[in-house]
Amino acid sequence: MFNIETHIKAGSVQEAISLLMENPNARLIAGGTDVLIKLREGKPAFRHLVDIHGLAELNGIEKLPDNTLVIGSGTTFTQAIESDIIQTHIPILTDAAGSVGGPQIRNVATIGGNICNGVTSADSASPLFSLNALLSLQGPDGTRHLPIADFYKGPGRVDLGPGEILTAIRIRPEDYEQAFGYYYKYAMRNAMDIATIGCAVCLKTSGGTLTDYRLAFGVAGPVPIRCREAEKAVKGHPLTPALLEKIAATVVRDVNPRTSWRASKEFRLNIITELSKRATKKALTRAGEELS
Amino acid sequence: MTDQVLKQITFTINGVKRSLAIDIRKSLAEVLRQDLGLTGLKQGCGVGECGACSIMVDDVLVDSCIFLAVWADNAAIRTVEGEARDGKLSKVQQAYVDEGAVQCGYCTPGFIMATTAFVEQCEGKTVSDDEIRKAHAGNLCRCTGYQHIFNAVEKSMTPDDPMPGQDDHPNQES
Repeated sequence: MFNIETHIKAGSVQEAISLLMENPNARLIAGGTDVLIKLREGKPAFRHLVDIHGLAELNGIEKLPDNTLVIGSGTTFTQAIESDIIQTHIPILTDAAGSVGGPQIRNVATIGGNICNGVTSADSASPLFSLNALLSLQGPDGTRHLPIADFYKGPGRVDLGPGEILTAIRIRPEDYEQAFGYYYKYAMRNAMDIATIGCAVCLKTSGGTLTDYRLAFGVAGPVPIRCREAEKAVKGHPLTPALLEKIAATVVRDVNPRTSWRASKEFRLNIITELSKRATKKALTRAGEELS
Repeated sequence: MTDQVLKQITFTINGVKRSLAIDIRKSLAEVLRQDLGLTGLKQGCGVGECGACSIMVDDVLVDSCIFLAVWADNAAIRTVEGEARDGKLSKVQQAYVDEGAVQCGYCTPGFIMATTAFVEQCEGKTVSDDEIRKAHAGNLCRCTGYQHIFNAVEKSMTPDDPMPGQDDHPNQES
């Protein structure tokens, strides 16, 4: 039995916003794979729930006429994996969604919950950082669109105002068209495990050079991060083996991993440099490029 | 218990429509086991890691220990109890028996549902060994070492003999 005091089912996003405004102590529950674990652990913060589980309004993946991709926050990882739109345009998210938990978890857990939970190890976060994703946040005063990099305020803390709900994740055409990505998860097990390090790369190439490069990590700091130093260092770099070495050499300046029971800081740094190379190589392969 | 924690929900359980007042604080695993006596599913870890509580909700495999019972309203639930028909085990269940994929049995009801969901999803498709393993990665077994379970899944996926019985044990019949 969960220590729930109040549970109110919201029939729409609008209703959920009103319910959150009326009950300032209430928290949202969608897939429940994080919230119910916290309740099981006896965390009092989730005693009052506004339930958006299975809300049709938040579910679905579509491509708008201007080619912007819109992923409803209530979309489950299984739906993301099976989506033709995601497989065709942003397979990096297929990689990431497939690496989450096990089938039972992926069938229920939502991509919006993964982001709003605010943890650095969220498998969908770093790929969305590398895709310059915009978050649609709907609140009592309307909707705002926030770059995902500005959403994370600290471990478990995200930029959601009173009554605000993450309704969708938007990927703009300039960020995914002609771009190729890869998500590399390093964990102790291949299933049912939290990332020791998650590495996401999104790149564009032209005429033998790297024209756009976006590198993001999970668990390389208190929140998911973009590696601006490494990105700056290799933009325009010719597609030679030296490219990978340059990325590995500069990425350490961008990251700040810590020692935990899962892994030491030193081990994480080693994985970060290695994954930055491997994920870049995989993304280049997807782009049909070879280093020479 | 006050009225506030009770909610009337209606759902189909193994093909039978039920309506009952449930405690909103309960997981679906707790309602199925405690209120309906369906003790096939087990609560192992209670946090969605072991899969012993796996059931199907509208044909989707879920861990019922981290699934609120209120979410079952208007859904069709399948548990291991509903898989055998007229005293005959389902093909998946029979495969588990035939392959010795059951030892202590604690994980078995969850595994049976994971395999059943997988077999139904993959009907008519060719699947790789990796896909079989990935589809069962959310279920833990501490006895069998998984190979027997893997064999049972493979057996569950082989097409039925079109003329059952005809070529069975020809030597014994003569």
